[in-house]
Amino acid sequence: MEYVVRENREISNGIYRLELEFDEIPMPGQFVMINCGGNTLLKRPFSICDHDADKLTIVYQVKGKGTYNLSKVKSLDTLEVTGPHGHGFDVFDKFNNILVIGGGVGIPPLLFLSKKLKAKNLKIALGFKSNVFLVDEFQKYGDVIVTSEDGNTGMKGYITDAIKDDIKNIDIIYGCGPKQMLKAVKDIAEKYDVPCQISVEEHMGCGIGACMTCACETKADVGFHYKKVCQDGPVFWAKEVVL
Amino acid sequence: MNLKVNIGNLELKNPVLVASGTFGFGKEYSHYLDLDNLGGIMVKGLTLYPKEGNPPPRIYETPSGILNSVGLQNPGVDGFIKGELPFLNEFNTKIIANIAGETIEEFVTIAQKLDINGVDALEINVSCPNVKEGGMSFGVNPNSVYEITKKVKRVSSKTVIVKLTPNVTDIKIYAKAAEDGGADAISLINTVTRMAIDVNTRRPVFKNVFAGLSGPAIKPIALKNVYEAKRAVSIPVIGMGGISSTEDALEFMIAGATAVAVGTYNFINPTGSIDILEGIKKYMLKNSIFDVNQLINSINV
Repeated sequence: MEYVVRENREISNGIYRLELEFDEIPMPGQFVMINCGGNTLLKRPFSICDHDADKLTIVYQVKGKGTYNLSKVKSLDTLEVTGPHGHGFDVFDKFNNILVIGGGVGIPPLLFLSKKLKAKNLKIALGFKSNVFLVDEFQKYGDVIVTSEDGNTGMKGYITDAIKDDIKNIDIIYGCGPKQMLKAVKDIAEKYDVPCQISVEEHMGCGIGACMTCACETKADVGFHYKKVCQDGPVFWAKEVVL
Repeated sequence: MNLKVNIGNLELKNPVLVASGTFGFGKEYSHYLDLDNLGGIMVKGLTLYPKEGNPPPRIYETPSGILNSVGLQNPGVDGFIKGELPFLNEFNTKIIANIAGETIEEFVTIAQKLDINGVDALEINVSCPNVKEGGMSFGVNPNSVYEITKKVKRVSSKTVIVKLTPNVTDIKIYAKAAEDGGADAISLINTVTRMAIDVNTRRPVFKNVFAGLSGPAIKPIALKNVYEAKRAVSIPVIGMGGISSTEDALEFMIAGATAVAVGTYNFINPTGSIDILEGIKKYMLKNSIFDVNQLINSINV
């Protein structure tokens, strides 16, 4: 499907926000596949940062050829997009004390999730390398703490260290970020025996479950089983995944 | 307009197939297109036992192509028969089961298990570059190609197609070995063994070091192999390798392919196979070709 771009601008160093018209209804944690044009071949997966009526937002970092091309897209250009794809975050009514924890470019899908969570007590923990983004938008939905690795904004250090002692009253944790961070989040969840869902990332081909390339190692009765990030995930129960 | 073509005893309603490993077991694509419209579905490679495949990363984009190292992750032949075949049989299209034994005996066992209603043909995979046992190690030895074909043929009542690897010096020898072994048809090409390196870590991108290149980058390689293979054998040839447009598909048919299979392009455009079929029809109308068989091997050299 072709969709019209409403806006595409840099919101932080190398981080862009793209809004497009979109007529499907996504769930938090799902993603879209976008043809980034130029001489790229495969569509690229992007997590959904926000969705409002007929508008979809993604926030992405320029990393390679595809995202570089995407950063050059202008308002009223059209993009070939499929989705929403994948199994997103499960939202439960029964939980009141929720921790949402994200790192770097894994943070965007947690904004859409935070918006959908109706928790009485929503703690949002965001870890950045240096420059921050989206923090003010998260503040609409809960109490936000911020860390940066170089101390540029918020506390200096890793976000997983900052929340370590604050888990006891949490009913569920939702996480998205780099593998090392997810590993730490999983460890914390297991230590305090708190249910935890994480969104994982892997190089993807088709985005619809056919090519078998986005393998995620999960526990099985015997040995392990590779599940598909694009179809079984990208969100998994942390206890299920081998990181 | 006649679109029917014959691969041995197997009649395809049209010459457009989807290539093994790029179409799962059809389910995923059924949301995007009507599987009834396909000439046939070459399903993901089946091993005797369920196989988890290779550790990620399994895919890497290169100029006009992709490298993959999936390593035949599949539910095994029994898992396929029980879990996947019933869905595929809801559709009016031919089911071509791609089989990948680790030993010659395994090829025979898998072929026996698949000698059932609902399976229309077997495609012998002696060309997967991403597995340690079997796969391409058979396909680069003409004696193995001959022997596996002969033994599978002996136990199977199905149309037997042998899928060849381009990673050989002379494709004609392997095409002939398949024909001599009794194959009803050959299909080519499987992926081209290539590699990529991460310059930051100075490590190969893939744990297996080498991976299989597919997509538009390999189309000229595939076309030459199909053209040469067609001239070495008298059985039908199924052409594949980077087909991404109607023109690509036509090139393969003109070079000698009786049918074509769309592969990597399915990832890029889920309705690509059907778009190509529609394009072939348009081309035939425009050029007053009433029977698609008139196109096959119609090259003027």
